[in-house]
Amino acid sequence: MTETARPIIQIQNVSKRFGKVTAVDNVSLDINAGEFFVLLGPSGCGKTTLLRMIAGFELPTEGRILIDGQDMAGIPPNKRPVNMVFQSYAVFPHMSVADNVAYGLKIAGVKGGEVKDRVAEALELVKLGGFETRMPDQMSGGQRQRVALARSLVMRPKVLLLDEPLSALDAKLRAQMQFELSELQEKVGITFVTVTHDQDEALSMACRIGVINKGEVAQLATPSDLYEYPANRFVADFVGSVNIFEGKLTLDEPDKAAVDCPGLGKVYLNHGVTGPHGADVWVALRPEKIYLHVPGEGKAVKAAAQDAPDGYNFARGKIKGMSYLGDITLFEIELETGARIRVSRPNLSRHDQEDFTWDDKVSMHWRADSPVVLLG
Amino acid sequence: MALFSRSPIAPLEYSRTLWMRLWVGAVMVFLYAPLIVLMIFSFNDSKRNVVWRGFTTKYYEKALGNDQLVEALLNSLTIAALATIASLLLGAVAAVMLWRFRFPLKGAVDGTISLPIIVPEICLGVAFLMFFAAVGWPTDLVWPFNLGAITIAHITFCFPFVTMVVRSRLASFNREQEEAAKDLGASEWQVFRDVLIPHIRPALVAGALLSFTLSLDDFVITYFTSGPDTITFPVKVYSMVRFSVTPEVNAASTLLIILTVILTFIALKLQGVKAIAETH
Repeated sequence: MTETARPIIQIQNVSKRFGKVTAVDNVSLDINAGEFFVLLGPSGCGKTTLLRMIAGFELPTEGRILIDGQDMAGIPPNKRPVNMVFQSYAVFPHMSVADNVAYGLKIAGVKGGEVKDRVAEALELVKLGGFETRMPDQMSGGQRQRVALARSLVMRPKVLLLDEPLSALDAKLRAQMQFELSELQEKVGITFVTVTHDQDEALSMACRIGVINKGEVAQLATPSDLYEYPANRFVADFVGSVNIFEGKLTLDEPDKAAVDCPGLGKVYLNHGVTGPHGADVWVALRPEKIYLHVPGEGKAVKAAAQDAPDGYNFARGKIKGMSYLGDITLFEIELETGARIRVSRPNLSRHDQEDFTWDDKVSMHWRADSPVVLLG
Repeated sequence: MALFSRSPIAPLEYSRTLWMRLWVGAVMVFLYAPLIVLMIFSFNDSKRNVVWRGFTTKYYEKALGNDQLVEALLNSLTIAALATIASLLLGAVAAVMLWRFRFPLKGAVDGTISLPIIVPEICLGVAFLMFFAAVGWPTDLVWPFNLGAITIAHITFCFPFVTMVVRSRLASFNREQEEAAKDLGASEWQVFRDVLIPHIRPALVAGALLSFTLSLDDFVITYFTSGPDTITFPVKVYSMVRFSVTPEVNAASTLLIILTVILTFIALKLQGVKAIAETH
């Protein structure tokens, strides 16, 4: 990351309509030089359309896109200083790996000797050295993706666009490529803009994430801010797993706040939320931030939850569902109010999963800095 | 026998059941027996060519020494070559246009482009006869310009086949490849040359060979459009048969069959191998 954030891509009030359908709705965002930016959203949210507008394959209905300060209006894709890695990789099947990678350089009129050096360098970068004469049909999906990457990187673009780069890979390879893409991005220092619907992918690779919902930017934040400080219910729900309860704001001061949730109980926060008093709000609580106890251990519960006044941040219920996932166990608990809540519990010892079973009565508490109050 | 000693026949292994084999065998006999008889009798040492009188290759020499027959073959090959080139250009351009662009009356063009394949050949033949008479097409041109009428007629029924095979090949084209090329700086023309043409190459080869064999074989339409100086090979063979079926006719026909089979084989081979290599 650069010390002084300089925007390399400026998207200004961009809208895109296909007939009556609005795919992108008045989006404005800046992507900084050298950062790994991820556009995250459910399928059909307009994130790919946004990426294709940057590449020049779609034209904005309204607004403008600037790349490195230059307005891209009227500039066709083949004249833009960006390159794209396509979802299907789109490696040319009739060309060898070296010819694929050299294609853009040859079009640009780069001399033979330099082409050879740069192709070798690019293939080395994506760990495909020695594959020059291979044909694409002799390679695996992961290797073809590397060819597509090398083919784009060899052009030394100002921005590299990646459309769902990992969606076609199996789980193990995907985890490895997430890591490798981040590493590669740091090495070449080119701005990466990736589109994905996979939150794990976004959280693990991005410097910053733009969450897109229904053509609009729902939140723009770093991965940890996005997860810990979601701006609205959509983001809280889309990124990670969350319990959301409706409630009324009963107390809102600079250093504390309280929400009365009919489903969950009384929730206490150790910071203000600056919302209108008595307003309808939502409380989001992540499953891993809830502690589970056997009901008899009342004292222990109280001791752990002492950052909140009596009767706050505490609930009782009955285990209705359980799934053991190895590293954690996921519980579905029916509260005394009738509402359901999801709680995850790390299996810190090899016998932890034996602590609870179906229909067990349990108590739970959470810390005063765990709940997030959402106004929208 | 191997037929009985192998593993039991699985439910869907129809090709290994006896009745299926007999059926396939019968089909093969009905399809190919006449051709095989024709080929065998081209070596018959008999003028009447009804009963086998011994082996000879003299009728091949005779056929190849028959100036009219050789001239007819030369005409046929020339027409086939010209018709193939024109059909390839016309057919491929039509296929790409119908696949890529929207234009007025596209539906009408799409619907009528294969009409020359559907319309009975005899109708097409008569239509051409009347058309060339109506426009006063000159018949006294020097070779090879006197083949113009036949060539035009052949292009008419050949190019829809090219359009058909090229279009089916285009259906499997991944548009992201086109975008990838553009993304790397290619112009429309460079995309066409470097990405689209290589993709449809197997279809172009198949279409060309298809056109060539269709043109070479055609009798009905050619019969109506040929003049006294523009006899093609099939028309010449027909006129020879009208006098008597000598082994010379068999020999000439055998040569034509072999030529056709070789070209068809190459067409299938090229299309098949390439298509398989590129889809995986």
